[in-house]
Amino acid sequence: MATYLEFIQQNEERDGVRFSWNVWPSSRLEATRMVVPLACLLTPLKERLDLPPVQYEPVLCSRQTCKAVLNPLCQVDYRAKLWACNFCFQRNQFPPAYAGISEINQPAELMPQFSTIEYIVQRGSPTPLIFLYVVDTCLEEEDLQALKESLQMSLSLLPPEALVGLITFGRMVQVHELSCEGISKSYVFRGTKDLTAKQIQDMLGLTRPVVPVQQGRPLQPQEQPPISSRFLQPVHKIDMNLTDLLGELQRDPWPVTQGKRPLRSTGVALSIAVGLLEGTFPNTGARIMLFTGGPPTQGPGMVVGDELKTPIRSWHDIEKDNARFMKKATKHYETLANRTAANGHCIDIYACALDQTGLLEMKCCANLTGGHMMMGDSFNTSLFKQTFQRVFSKDFNGEFRMAFGATLEVKTSRELKISGAIGPCISLNAKGPCVSENELGIGGTCQWKICSLDPSSTLAIYFEVVNQHNAPIPQGGRGAVQFVTQYQHSSTQRRIRVTTIARNWADAQSQLQHIEAAFDQEVAAVLMARLGVYRAESEEGPDVLRWLDRQLIRLCQKFGQYNKDDPNSFRLSDSFSLYPQFMFHLRRSPFLQVFNNSPDESSFYRHHFSRQDLTQSLIMIQPILYSYSFSGPPEPVLLDSSSILADRILLMDTFFQIVIYHGETIAQWQKAGYQDMPEYENFKHLLQAPLDDAQEILQTRFPMPRYINTEHGSSQARFLLSKVNPSQTHNNLYAWGQESGSPILTDDVSLQVFMDHLKKLAVSSAS
Amino acid sequence: MSVNQQAHAGLPYGQPQPGYQGYQQSGYGGQQMSGVHHSQYGAYNGPLPGYQQPAPPQGYFSSLGFPSKGSPVSLNSDTPTLAPNFIGTLRAPPTSGAPPPTSGASVPAGHPVYSQFGQGDVQNGVATSAVQMQRPSASQPFIPGTAPAPISQPATFRQYGPSPTSAQQLTNHMAGMQIGSSTSAPLPAGLGYGPPTSVPPASGNFTVTGSGLYTSYSSSQGPPPVTMTHGLPPTSLSQGLSLAQPAFSGPPLSAQHRPQAPGFLPPPCSTGIEPSSYPSATGAPRPSTMQGSQLSGQALTGLPTSQPNHVSSPPPHPSMSGPAMTGLQGPPPPTHPSQSGYQMQQNGSFGQVRGPQPNYGSAYPGTPNYGSQPAPPPPPKRLDPDSIPSPIQVIEDDRNNRGSEPFITGVRGQVPPLVTTNFLVKDQGNASPRYIRCTSYNIPCTSDMAKQSQVPLAAVIKPLATLPTDEAPPYLVDHGEPGPIRCNRCKAYMCPFMQFIEGGRRFQCCFCSCVTEVPPHYFQHLDHTGKRVDFYDRPELSLGSYEFLATVSYCKNNKFPNPPAFIFMIDVSYNAVKSGLVRLICEELKSLLDYLPREGNMEESAIRVGFVTYNKVLHFYNVKSSLAQPQMMVVSDVADMFVPLLDGFLVNVNESRTVIVSLLDQIPEMFADTRETETVFAPVIQAGMEALKAAECAGKLFIFHTSLPIAEAPGKLKNRDDRKLINTDKEKTLFQPQTSFYSNLAKDCVAQGCCVDLFLFPNQYLDVATLGVVPYQTGGTIYKYAYFQLETDQERFLNDLRKDVQKEVGFDAVMRVRTSTGIRATDFFGAFYMSNTTDVELAGLDCDKTITVEFRHDDKLSEDSGALLQCALLYTNCAGQRRLRIHNLSLNCCTQLADLYRNCETDTLINFLAKFAYRGVLNNPVKTVRDTLINQCAQILACYRKNCASPSSAGQLILPECMKLLPVYLNCVLKSDVLQPGAEVTTDDRAYIRQLVSSMDVAETNVFFYPRLLPLTKVDVDSDTLPAAIRNSEERLSKGDMYLLENGLNIFVWVGVNVQQGLIQNLFGVSSFNYISSTLNTLPVLENPFSKRVRSIIDMFQAQRSRYMKLIIVKQEDKLEMLFKHFLVEDKSMSGGASYVDFLCHMHKEIRQLLS
Repeated sequence: MATYLEFIQQNEERDGVRFSWNVWPSSRLEATRMVVPLACLLTPLKERLDLPPVQYEPVLCSRQTCKAVLNPLCQVDYRAKLWACNFCFQRNQFPPAYAGISEINQPAELMPQFSTIEYIVQRGSPTPLIFLYVVDTCLEEEDLQALKESLQMSLSLLPPEALVGLITFGRMVQVHELSCEGISKSYVFRGTKDLTAKQIQDMLGLTRPVVPVQQGRPLQPQEQPPISSRFLQPVHKIDMNLTDLLGELQRDPWPVTQGKRPLRSTGVALSIAVGLLEGTFPNTGARIMLFTGGPPTQGPGMVVGDELKTPIRSWHDIEKDNARFMKKATKHYETLANRTAANGHCIDIYACALDQTGLLEMKCCANLTGGHMMMGDSFNTSLFKQTFQRVFSKDFNGEFRMAFGATLEVKTSRELKISGAIGPCISLNAKGPCVSENELGIGGTCQWKICSLDPSSTLAIYFEVVNQHNAPIPQGGRGAVQFVTQYQHSSTQRRIRVTTIARNWADAQSQLQHIEAAFDQEVAAVLMARLGVYRAESEEGPDVLRWLDRQLIRLCQKFGQYNKDDPNSFRLSDSFSLYPQFMFHLRRSPFLQVFNNSPDESSFYRHHFSRQDLTQSLIMIQPILYSYSFSGPPEPVLLDSSSILADRILLMDTFFQIVIYHGETIAQWQKAGYQDMPEYENFKHLLQAPLDDAQEILQTRFPMPRYINTEHGSSQARFLLSKVNPSQTHNNLYAWGQESGSPILTDDVSLQVFMDHLKKLAVSSAS
Repeated sequence: MSVNQQAHAGLPYGQPQPGYQGYQQSGYGGQQMSGVHHSQYGAYNGPLPGYQQPAPPQGYFSSLGFPSKGSPVSLNSDTPTLAPNFIGTLRAPPTSGAPPPTSGASVPAGHPVYSQFGQGDVQNGVATSAVQMQRPSASQPFIPGTAPAPISQPATFRQYGPSPTSAQQLTNHMAGMQIGSSTSAPLPAGLGYGPPTSVPPASGNFTVTGSGLYTSYSSSQGPPPVTMTHGLPPTSLSQGLSLAQPAFSGPPLSAQHRPQAPGFLPPPCSTGIEPSSYPSATGAPRPSTMQGSQLSGQALTGLPTSQPNHVSSPPPHPSMSGPAMTGLQGPPPPTHPSQSGYQMQQNGSFGQVRGPQPNYGSAYPGTPNYGSQPAPPPPPKRLDPDSIPSPIQVIEDDRNNRGSEPFITGVRGQVPPLVTTNFLVKDQGNASPRYIRCTSYNIPCTSDMAKQSQVPLAAVIKPLATLPTDEAPPYLVDHGEPGPIRCNRCKAYMCPFMQFIEGGRRFQCCFCSCVTEVPPHYFQHLDHTGKRVDFYDRPELSLGSYEFLATVSYCKNNKFPNPPAFIFMIDVSYNAVKSGLVRLICEELKSLLDYLPREGNMEESAIRVGFVTYNKVLHFYNVKSSLAQPQMMVVSDVADMFVPLLDGFLVNVNESRTVIVSLLDQIPEMFADTRETETVFAPVIQAGMEALKAAECAGKLFIFHTSLPIAEAPGKLKNRDDRKLINTDKEKTLFQPQTSFYSNLAKDCVAQGCCVDLFLFPNQYLDVATLGVVPYQTGGTIYKYAYFQLETDQERFLNDLRKDVQKEVGFDAVMRVRTSTGIRATDFFGAFYMSNTTDVELAGLDCDKTITVEFRHDDKLSEDSGALLQCALLYTNCAGQRRLRIHNLSLNCCTQLADLYRNCETDTLINFLAKFAYRGVLNNPVKTVRDTLINQCAQILACYRKNCASPSSAGQLILPECMKLLPVYLNCVLKSDVLQPGAEVTTDDRAYIRQLVSSMDVAETNVFFYPRLLPLTKVDVDSDTLPAAIRNSEERLSKGDMYLLENGLNIFVWVGVNVQQGLIQNLFGVSSFNYISSTLNTLPVLENPFSKRVRSIIDMFQAQRSRYMKLIIVKQEDKLEMLFKHFLVEDKSMSGGASYVDFLCHMHKEIRQLLS
């Protein structure tokens, strides 16, 4: 056990990869019987302090269909200066630069510890990063002010040579020209008219006009700066101008009559932003950062009409097919997202409003391009301010934690094929021999584009074992997978990170225990969850839940130890023991349950679930609960209603929320002001401890979680109560006695009930 | 000699036709004229130029004769026959003379024509002798004719050519000589003409090289020397009309000079000077010719004592002069008798033919110059230009007779003084003529009568006219919540004509006779005369014009309007920037914004302003007061225009001053390097309209535009200018808009109350016909500055802009004209839009815009009740106040046609006819329009002749007193650029003028069609009075004088070659004629009385006109003179327009045809 845990951890740290199975069933048939697919979570840009990039180009396999990168798993003939590709077995000559190669003098990529290696390649001239702010001006004065300040602040965080641009929108869309002195210029577009990229570029004057030959005016050499320069300028040049410009931003001046929403042309604004970058800087790293304070109410991409009496679509409306704008809007944003992705740009959405803002429709913009999505109540909250600030956070090298225009290519050895990927990516439709016909997630390709990613961006990649049962793999045979990620580093360098991993094959019939032992239930839970969430986007909620349940039952049937029809005999080995619990919480999670969540919230939650790394994903599935008391140091406790005690302070982290909950007694003490009395300093410390811990979490989390400080009986306590396992409810309260915990008023099943049912079903011979 | 000959000629003519005799008796040499006319008629439409020229001279002669007799009105038809002959002979010279440049070509053509005419003449039986006679006579008449005006001198030269053949041997010799030199001359007359052909160039030569001209002149006419003496003559020669005159002038000149000398002292002086210059000029080119000329000159000089050189010619001159003098004087004698008649006519009694004639005579006497010369020749039958109705005379008379006392409007159907007269109006129940003028103040009772007379019944209404400071503006009446009192049925507003009955409890509508209850709050007792006791306290009961404060129910959407807004929209394409226009506008606006119109006592204007610049895209500016810097917003989606901002676009000037100034400073800089040459237009208007719509107010757009909008956008235009279409059935398309897009746009603009003023700065065709649609239909104004150059056009443009921005204007207006039962308004002319048949909708209406309304009978009228008009204008004033302006006018009705003719106003009639014709060209070929016009006028006059004039010979032309200027004015309309374009008139010019005239008031059309021509050298520097104007004919110009001509669009200062150096120095600050720059567009500011006075006159004229006139300095014989001559409307025009005399003859013929 320990060994596998260590192995898994080690691999994760080195390669940023965790597989659901660390020993692979060697035949297709067996693999399908494993229920949980062979898959991995890959964090392509996992921060590696110990990984200095090498300054040369990778050596590629010469077979056109392969082109795998030379790696430690390759067999090398040092004398003949040949190497054999471990994927296609092609024998390749080393390039001339490798002439001095020998067993002693190995290039880095051949050393085992460099199973992950990063190359810096020099291709073309580096283009600066581009940040295009798309700002909603239909905000309350206070909100707008806060947003303006945040934006002004962000200018100081940008690298000086980065290009910035500004588009504001309300009823109209304004593209601000930044190059001019004095008078501030902007191009204005009507918010109701969808324009093609060509039109936008024409209207912005981005198509270089045929210079009219003026008589008597000799043709001057073209000293005109690049045409795009009017809208996108290096930060260092227009820092002051843009600060002023932002400072002068006014609320959308068009009157909004009583009972109406302001007219907000988000759809057109985004379209113009996309068109602008498309015409000027295709295939360079660029972020379109959309700041919106409400739903699009006009033009293409409108989500709701401007009549306040018509509420924004709810899940109920959607189920009833009552959301009249949804399909059209979604289509609009999907088209935009696809175009953006094709250009290698990304779209961030920062939505701050008390009501929904149309994230449901717009989600694909962020999802497909790897952009951020942030949801808050107001721009004038630390939630937004810090989240936004954190976008520009830097790593230990002083580089942005963001990369652009990445292409992820996956190569597999012959026994494996790629079913698909789930994450902030879009298919590049690269067919190849290793592409499976069975799709899971975004499939049918071995290459994906990730327009923007950060060190925590994580993709789930699903494989299919294609080795036939009757073609056994020789003992000790290993399957290999190579991940090649090409991207634009925030320093504008082009880089290639190559990760090559290998796992042992095992015959599932004879060596099931090996496979079983090598099961990584944490990642498996996340991988299954991603599949579930992915399905939930397109399928009815109950169907997904049923599918998840069936998978869980099958898994239990496969790996549980039990006597038929005897639920009490059911046991799971340690490597599976937590899995059902994850599934229990997953079923209750906002990723699959839409009840009590608006469509926007669901989209927001799912967006983040589909891109966070393993740890964060697990927190999302099963929030962490810490308990603080006088009886000892803080300890993690069960996410269970029984953990809610009067003399405890609880700290719950659900990823999206940090909840500090004061038990009844604690709250009373606090009200009595004991913490201010010198003799109760320990109480003060007790109160302080969870705050400090929460702060620590807040420091690192992106996006900023909602920070809730509440107490027993307060309305905000619902955040905690809705998450804990309702082991005590009004139904069973008296049955369980009243010695501890706090009853939850819910009809939800508790973990206990869930497990009982699971056991029953697992052992049932009927299924 | 000549006189006798003339007389002879006249007799023969007269004999053939009894009428002639009568005429002759009356002293109308005009008979011949009429004859001429006949010939001319044939030629008229077709070979006008050639014909007219030749014909005119003759006609003129004859006519001149007539007029001199005192009744220019009557023309003998017989004369025509003679005239033709004359024409034949004469024409050539005239033609040649008239169009110096073209003469070469035209002349030849003219000759054949002439010959034909000549044949025709012969056939007529006039007898060659007659022809001969005529020639001499012509020459003689010329003499007299010329006598009056030194101008004629040049003409005389030419005429001498012909005349010599007939009368003066000397001259003949001269001619012969000259002819020989120039070309061979088979016949004396022919010779004379021949030369003329050469003459044309000669005329050109005059300007260019004196010698050449002289030679030609000399060849044609001995007189050339005379011309030498007179600086001006040559110029006159160039004009077709002058030809006729020349003949006169030649001999007369000398004579005239003498007589005139007293009045025209300057000329002699100038002549004295000129000689020197002339010789030099002439000498240089052709010495030989010089000699010839000298010879002739001597002869001439002989007469004019001033010049010894000319002495040789004197012999003829004396003789000539003698007759000439008589000729001149001739008219006077008849005048005396005529005077009585004249008065009669004034009274309105046209009973006697003589009457009219006498009138003329009287008129002449009235004019000292003319009258001063006693002319025995009156008996001669030639049409003397001086004897045909003179606009100047009529204007002067009216000024003298009616200018002194106020015009009190209390009496129904009063004919107001002419527009050219300064008079004070006292409103006593009828609207001032400044607001409404009618074609007739006496309306026929039945439609049959109206049809018979063909006199259009129309009112020219200028609802917001500016009044002189000594007349009170309309009183404002506020009835509070209930609003104005109105008739229940026809909704007419309370006015002085309403009858209160039943002790004042009810009133009967004067328009529809419906009885309406008087609301309690308005009740007032009646006095014993049935008048309300508060009659004099209430403007609406005692005045013709007043205003009501409108209540909310008179407002759009039942909401009081917001104050209007001005939006300045500036073209910033390459051309506009390069020419400095953008900078100029921006600079000007900075100060101009302080002068936005404001309502009476308000401290600052309520009008908000906005700014837009554009080329292919539009730039809006946010100039909100809270901004540190203006913000520019570019809208490139021109296909689907919208306004990008609301708040901050339209601002109060004072609040946003710093931002606005900053903006105006920066605009020129921002576009200094622009390379954008394409512009859009329709989106600009749309933008302005949308902006007003968004701001929920009415307003005005000031668009400064430079080029044809060819950029891809709605309303994009293509260059469709095609001169080949002129005189074809498709010519009308040049006046029609290219696309209906603009009409629809205009409709939207009107709905929003968005008035568009358009300033155009074209360097080439930009399709005014299309671009003007919106300004036109929204009640806006178009200003056009072709080939705009900062140095020369800046002043004019800025003044126009200032005036345009500052002038009083009403917005979002609806005008309705109600009439009493029996007539109704059926047709409307002007700059507006109509969505139904009764309401005139005006997005904007300024104080210079007029609306012309035509009335038709729909029932009988009664003499007792007369006819009433009520014009109600609902508008938003510049403070955003909704008001109703009411103008009432009562007219008489008549059952006798004579009453109608006695109460007509020709100026208004012409205003209406011009507008009617100018609208007609949209749908009909121009020729049809012209014919219609001529036909209608002929019918009007024929009807008069038939029904009102006392029986007289059919050959006699009798004009009603009130309409005696109709022919001359009508001719001016027919010759205008729209109806008869010259080669240099562009399609845009025509479209521009067409639209311009459509909203002109009577005073403007008057001077536009018949420009005002003042002899500057006669200016009395110590007095405020202006010198007497002179008639627009080249023969009246003296080369020793300077003249000022204005027509409402341009001011010309014409400088004769022989003007005293001292005067030139005083006025231009240069030492001699040669140093005067013809590119001057202002007179230098010099500290001497003459310069000051001239400049003050010009300033005064500028102030009188709604547009700043372009000042053009024309040096005699300079190339610009062609342009100038275009405005000498009594002369034959380059483009084929008939001379006054010709046209009069033509009219006469038409009338005769109608009568027979």
